[in-house]
Amino acid sequence: MLEVLVAKRIGTLELALELSVGAETLLVAGPNGAGKSTLLRLLLGVTRPDRGRIALDGRILFDAHSDVPAEDRRLGYLPQDYALFPHLDGLGNVAFGLAGLPRRERRVRAAAWLERMGASHLAHRSVVALSGGERQRLALTRALAREPRALLLDEPFASLDSSARLELRGSLRRSLLEWRLPALIVSHDPDDSMLADRIAVLERGRIVQEGTRDELRAAPSSPFVAGFAAVSRDSP
Amino acid sequence: MSSRSWSAVQHSATILLVSFLVLPVAALALTLSWSDLLAGARHPLLLPALRLSLTTSTSSLTLVVVLGSLVAWWVARHRGRLSRFVESVTQLPAVIPPAVAGVGLLLAFGRRGLLGSFLARQGLSLAFSTPAVVLAETFVSAPFFIQAAIAAFRRVDENLLTVARTLGASPFRSFLRVALPLSAPALVGGAAMSWARSLGEFGATLLFAGNLTGRTQTLPLAVYTAMESDLRAAQALALIMVAVAFAMLLVLRRVSREADDA
Repeated sequence: MLEVLVAKRIGTLELALELSVGAETLLVAGPNGAGKSTLLRLLLGVTRPDRGRIALDGRILFDAHSDVPAEDRRLGYLPQDYALFPHLDGLGNVAFGLAGLPRRERRVRAAAWLERMGASHLAHRSVVALSGGERQRLALTRALAREPRALLLDEPFASLDSSARLELRGSLRRSLLEWRLPALIVSHDPDDSMLADRIAVLERGRIVQEGTRDELRAAPSSPFVAGFAAVSRDSP
Repeated sequence: MSSRSWSAVQHSATILLVSFLVLPVAALALTLSWSDLLAGARHPLLLPALRLSLTTSTSSLTLVVVLGSLVAWWVARHRGRLSRFVESVTQLPAVIPPAVAGVGLLLAFGRRGLLGSFLARQGLSLAFSTPAVVLAETFVSAPFFIQAAIAAFRRVDENLLTVARTLGASPFRSFLRVALPLSAPALVGGAAMSWARSLGEFGATLLFAGNLTGRTQTLPLAVYTAMESDLRAAQALALIMVAVAFAMLLVLRRVSREADDA
């Protein structure tokens, strides 16, 4: 369970929100400038909240007395463009997060994860030559290889074309259901709602409504919620 | 201006400037006979100066790369007045005349300088010593590496560093395993320019470290000394110095290309 209660002022944006994510997928939707990226940075530990509390499975990541560094938070992260390390091949990228292990075991475990995720063929490929779908699969493998306690995904399909998005959304939804990790996806794309069990809509730093797709459709609290819920898709 | 005229202007400028830059180096080679070159290679000033130049320029390069990388990383990752101030300070030696730098170093680290009495109490006398050569070369060559490093580090995608942190890498490990490898070609290029500048350093070295054979007489100072008595010997030393510098630059370019390809 990921529990979040944070406040942060950045420029003119005053972010203040509370949410919790169990063994489910929560989509945080909102227009540009709503604070979605700021929320991710606060959770990851690369930006410090002004005040609040972040806990993961009962372990405090941030509060008035502690601020766990990003490298110790056990949060898997998939950034918008996947951020694969261009100077490492597929195996090297996956092994990067296993640095605490002896070198040989690192590579063995990374290879095992690639096989588990159906990405063994990417092990010795240069990451700059991969397709969008391959890059996403490799980035997910890299994030999962560290066995995180929760997953954070930033606009997971923004850098893909429409046909790739259609195919990969279904694949990602099945994977999220299989892993049963708390997963938080930030997106402005209504089609990404098919990935989620619940949706929280963020506007100007505040959560204006939270609920299932049907609940948002039935009683939208703002024009953005109404527009988002109207075009959002149900999961197949 | 027509495109033909524009091409003609570019070609003319290229021929003019390249000729001007090549001519002095060509003159060094073309106006020296083999026997004079061999005599210069046997000149008693050459080996001590060559050894000293390679030692001090390598030492200053090490200082510049190690300290300069840390400073460049800090400047590249921070915004604000302090960062801009530090960046300006690192550029300062590039615009100060070398002779002025030499006087400044003397007034800072010399026996009667700002730090002179403190250094003397520690048993250190820096002026007119081999360490003084290293300090002078470090001072004048640092901007060339640091500017290249700052530009390279600024190009490192912030997302890569964030992802590295989420994969368990500390800020130091993110720097070591992500930023440095990605910036390697530019860092090697900056190091090459810095090394070339320190190898050719003259004015600051002369004023702060002096011109003592075997102790502070680097290759440029040996050329200057030889010129006072024997132009041919100076010419031979100068040509040998150009050859050494050229060889080192070729090696560094090769290393930079391999880092780029990797």
